[in-house]
Amino acid sequence: MTFSPQLEARFAKLLESYPAGRQRAAMIPMLLYAQDEIGSVTDELVEEVAQRVGVTPLQVNEVVSYYSMLHREARGKYHVQVCTNISCLLHDADQLLEHTCQKLGIENHGVTPDGQFSIEEVECMGACSWAPAIQVNYDYHHFVTPEKLDRLLDGLRKKQ
Amino acid sequence: MLYNEPSPLETRVLSRRFGMAHSESIETYLATEGYQAFLKASKMTPDEIISEMKASNLRGRGGAGFPAGMKWSFVPRTSPKPKYIVVNADEGEPGTCKDRVLMENDPHQLIEGVLIAGLAVDAHAGWIYIRGEYRYLIDIMDRAIAEAHERGWLGKNIQGTGFDFDLYTHTGAGSYECGEESALLESLEGKRGVPRIRPPFPAVAGAFQCPTVLNNVETFCAAPAILLNGGAAFAALGIPKAGGTKLTCLTGHINKPGVYELRLGFPVKQMIEEVGGGMRNGKKLKAFIPGGSSCPVLTAAECEGATMDYDSMAQRKSMLGSGGVVIMDEDTCMVKACLRLMKFYAHESCGWCIPCREGTAWLTKIMTRFHSGGGSPQDIGLLGDIAKNMLGRTFCPLGDAAALPMISIVEKFRGEFEDHLNGKPCPYEHSNRMVTA
Amino acid sequence: MADTVKLTIDGHEVHAPAGMLVIDAAKLAGIEIPAFCYYEGLTLQAACRMCLVEVEKMPKLMTACTLPVAEGLVVRTETPQVAAARKYMLEFLLTNHPLDCPVCDKGGECELQDMAFRYGAGESRYNETKVHTPEKQYSPVVFFDAPRCILCYRCVRICNEGMGVNALGVVERGAVSEIAPNHGDHLECDECGACIDICPVGALTSGIYRYQTRPWEMTHVGTICTHCSDGCKTTLGTRNDRILRGNNRDRSGINGEFLCIKGRYGFDFYDHPDRLQAPLMRVNGKLEEVSWAQALAAVAEKFKQTIGAGTFGIVGSNHTTNEENYYLQKFARSVLGTNNIDHHRTGDVVTLVDALSGKSGALATVADLCERKAFLVLGADLALEHPLLSYQIRANYRHHQAHVYVVTPKAVREDKYAAATMRGRDYESLRDKLKAQPELVILFDDSYQGGELRKLVDFGESLGIPVRYVCLVDYANSRGAIDMGLTPELLPGYQPSGQSGLHLDEMLAAELSVLWVVGANPLENAARKSGFLVVQDLFLTETALQADIVLPAACAYEKNGTVTSGTGEVQRLKRAIETMGAKPDLEIIGFIAREMGAAAALGPWTPDAVFEEIRKNVRGYDVAMPALSTGGAAQTMPVNGRVAVPGPAGLVRSDRNGLFASGTLGRYSKVLNSVLESRLSR
Ligand SMILES: Cc1cc2nc3c(=O)[nH]c(=O)nc-3n(C[C@H](O)[C@H](O)[C@H](O)COP(=O)(O)O)c2cc1C
Ligand code: SF4
Ligand code: FES
Repeated sequence: MTFSPQLEARFAKLLESYPAGRQRAAMIPMLLYAQDEIGSVTDELVEEVAQRVGVTPLQVNEVVSYYSMLHREARGKYHVQVCTNISCLLHDADQLLEHTCQKLGIENHGVTPDGQFSIEEVECMGACSWAPAIQVNYDYHHFVTPEKLDRLLDGLRKKQ
Repeated sequence: MLYNEPSPLETRVLSRRFGMAHSESIETYLATEGYQAFLKASKMTPDEIISEMKASNLRGRGGAGFPAGMKWSFVPRTSPKPKYIVVNADEGEPGTCKDRVLMENDPHQLIEGVLIAGLAVDAHAGWIYIRGEYRYLIDIMDRAIAEAHERGWLGKNIQGTGFDFDLYTHTGAGSYECGEESALLESLEGKRGVPRIRPPFPAVAGAFQCPTVLNNVETFCAAPAILLNGGAAFAALGIPKAGGTKLTCLTGHINKPGVYELRLGFPVKQMIEEVGGGMRNGKKLKAFIPGGSSCPVLTAAECEGATMDYDSMAQRKSMLGSGGVVIMDEDTCMVKACLRLMKFYAHESCGWCIPCREGTAWLTKIMTRFHSGGGSPQDIGLLGDIAKNMLGRTFCPLGDAAALPMISIVEKFRGEFEDHLNGKPCPYEHSNRMVTA
Repeated sequence: MADTVKLTIDGHEVHAPAGMLVIDAAKLAGIEIPAFCYYEGLTLQAACRMCLVEVEKMPKLMTACTLPVAEGLVVRTETPQVAAARKYMLEFLLTNHPLDCPVCDKGGECELQDMAFRYGAGESRYNETKVHTPEKQYSPVVFFDAPRCILCYRCVRICNEGMGVNALGVVERGAVSEIAPNHGDHLECDECGACIDICPVGALTSGIYRYQTRPWEMTHVGTICTHCSDGCKTTLGTRNDRILRGNNRDRSGINGEFLCIKGRYGFDFYDHPDRLQAPLMRVNGKLEEVSWAQALAAVAEKFKQTIGAGTFGIVGSNHTTNEENYYLQKFARSVLGTNNIDHHRTGDVVTLVDALSGKSGALATVADLCERKAFLVLGADLALEHPLLSYQIRANYRHHQAHVYVVTPKAVREDKYAAATMRGRDYESLRDKLKAQPELVILFDDSYQGGELRKLVDFGESLGIPVRYVCLVDYANSRGAIDMGLTPELLPGYQPSGQSGLHLDEMLAAELSVLWVVGANPLENAARKSGFLVVQDLFLTETALQADIVLPAACAYEKNGTVTSGTGEVQRLKRAIETMGAKPDLEIIGFIAREMGAAAALGPWTPDAVFEEIRKNVRGYDVAMPALSTGGAAQTMPVNGRVAVPGPAGLVRSDRNGLFASGTLGRYSKVLNSVLESRLSR
């Protein structure tokens, strides 16, 4: 597989970040960074990473399926993650999630038909004191209200 | 960047640079006594460093509260294997968002803490295991590490001390269980986040099967202050048996949620009323989680006279935990809150052992049905029973982390469960929706 | 003894070796601590939590499967707290477990059923819907029913650690965690079925056995696998004279729980529709069914006519029992008066024995594979050709960090953990590394024979350390065939036969008056030259097709007797099923002798009587009977001494059967063929 030069550089650095013979340690960061670039963990990526870190594809699949941020299916260009865990829940995050679904016309775990947005209800994302919080891809948004969310999503929609 | 106004009641030791211009840069750090503790430590013997740590009474800030100096002393000196330092920056405990603030505002403080640990146990490499969601922190830490390398605070022969150290960031990919130290080490090695059988403990066989010091971000961040001003001075900030300050995350129904650095032993009442600006909308306190969702829940009555420290919480059969305080007011539906927590633990159970895997799933199923109005009187007893059958019998503490809140909520808020049996799905909510499964 | 500690379990004082786990120490006192995930010899998991026990001074219950014994430890395994923990652990397990015991293959021998019976949780408080996922077929042999799986990880470990195949793993997490195969939806592996056998419940089931019977309706007979020379014990489950399964769950025998696909499933040739049921005789150029009486009379008549007047050639088998081989050569030599007797040699045992005479080296045993500190593997792909030996060396490496050196033409499974690996034949360059070992076992294939083999033995001798050898041979009783004197130049026990007769190749090329082939297919690719051809076999092989008389023979699972493994262990075959038309070769030979009036001279043809004679006459075979008669293995004394007659060069040739082939028998095995076909179709 070919990746961008930046990603290749990152891989190279990763493979040097662990003791000799322990290159398997680079697997999870490699998968996550590669997923960020190509959109999802494809079979091809599994094979590639397996080969680069010296394990079997099954060993990579065991890992991919374990971690909630690694996913085999493509998500939207903007992956909207709504935390509904306790601190956010106390700030009506469950309603926020419902609002997000209505706004985008899809269900939790769904992707909009144009592939722009997807929604995932997630566990605590470490923004509890600034609840309710969401992440769009890796960007945090704190003290989210339905109105702020609408503005954010409308803005992203225009940006595409 | 700071997300909340500081409070005058804070004792700002670890957070003293927060709010300064470019607090994350090495210039700011060096201008404010940065790396001086390392230089001091580099002239001390490992035993001296460790005894300062012990004198500080610093207990692990990740949740378990194990004395840090003691943990460092467990690393076998004579082992021919390399020794490693691992920073637990997985911060997954619901209600907790302090490590993020520490790394974002003062990354060099963490690096210096790691270097001190390296000196103490003769380690020359380390990893900061950062949860995948904190991608921006990886960039911040990577930048700080690069700065430190450029200025000779990392790498070979640091500042002519003859001490070498390499530090790397490592990203997780979405798993609460990977905050548990042995699961974290598995994850660091590129495996599923399944905990390890202990003993051996990480101090003896940790990262890559080598002796390892593994601590929470905040624990390492305390080390520079301890070395600089002495363990005794740090200890004196708190109360006997629990030294220093604790970054406390106020969350939930409170006027001024935020992360505040409070000395240990800070009164709960004062924390809510004065630091947090009181209950939101003038409501009454109903329930209180002192240190992240895994702690038993306290009632308002139990908060009377309580202080934020290990012993006071232990007396109330709860725990200080990670510093994630969750405040719930009188309108909170405890059944719904409990359901959400159970859903979390079921989602995050690694699945390795029977009681945690099956227990969390079963509790979630009952709670879901119960909250949506399908409960029966027997369920209430069953919920507590299931949790008790998990307690102390699971492979790692995640099972306990699920069981304890469950047990405490059914016991202390049984009435709310009974109310749910009477017709309406959820009498505490206007919009009778259940949490989506 | 310093390395023994004293502890108390349920009030009993137990003396256990230091380092032993409490779960095993309890067994010493006859106390059983329940466990699903603990499995001796595999890595610890502490996942099932069934083994929780109370330990004095410990605040929480401890897992006996991870707790090492310690001086003064006080353990309680039957307190109310422990009982409750077990009961509720089972309740947890049963929440999602389908209660389809009445139709589950494992019903009756399911560890989960047994535990529920013993420790409670008979009623469930679980009122939620169970997770259901459909059953999957992973390979022709392996089926997986996820909801029944209790995630004890035994299958994953036996495959990774035991087999070195790494074909199974765990995917997803939490309550939806699931065992998964290495190739998406299917398995590509040795198809050994170890995962199925080791599964405590009915989650992994075998395509061969599933839905065939209830376990208690079967009779279980321990016998020896008939395929390769490794000599695995297999327990056949039979019902109504049909073999329904093979396994070795009781871990008796030299193979422990190990069996390869052939041992576990490859018995199925026995009821192939082409199996011969009645003797055949050539009438007007065509083979026609005749009665045993007719066939035997005709053979006897022909033999009698030929004695003194013509020439005989006898080809024996490396499948038939020691008794049959011994009796056959005795028949040839004393009744037919010829040394023209041979068999297909697959390893140069004869030269090895000769080369070792006067030297310190010796023949290795199976115990050596499990215990010795270093190994040199020459030529063979052990995992495919000698799966048990490969398994044992792997286990030795896992448990005792044995040093393994590999010098083979192509990549092999041992490479993964070998201390050094080389392609080719240049074992000499390992001299320094090998010299540094305290001891060594050398395993070599048929590419080391004659002079090459003598050179190898000289090399071994020159290392100055104790060296033992395994001459790798192909079939279930190759070693026995040589030991029993199925060669023209040697009598039983490697005694010179005086005047050597014709070798196999010479016999096939010569125009003999009578060629008698017992359990072999030497004319697979050749036309017969002999005037008369008698064949004893299971199938109408290429050789049998050319015969004048074909006598249907019983297979290994249909007779009693003994066989000798490649490493010299004598083990007993036990008849598992009755045959209708076929007879054991020993009986056939005996009947021919009787027809000829030569029975008295030869002696009785019951396996026990013949084996008694073998014990008396054959060097190394004076083995202790108790182990043997109770289904165990008896080590033959390593024969080590000058063989006066050198074996002829170039006669030794291995068939190189891999995991899914086994000479003629393999061709008639549906299982082996289905695996090969499923691979081809991918
Ligand atoms: C399920 C579980 C999750 C945990 N998550 C975290 C975490 O996110 N961050 C953390 O520092 N410690 C976490 N811990 C605690 C660690 O296991 C460990 O005790 C801690 O990192 C040690 O550092 P300390 O002594 O400095 O607190 C977790 C423990 C458990 C059982
Ligand atoms: S290894 Fe050989 S003896 Fe053992 S089961 Fe397989 S074929 Fe039979
Ligand atoms: S046998 Fe001890 S936990 Fe399974």
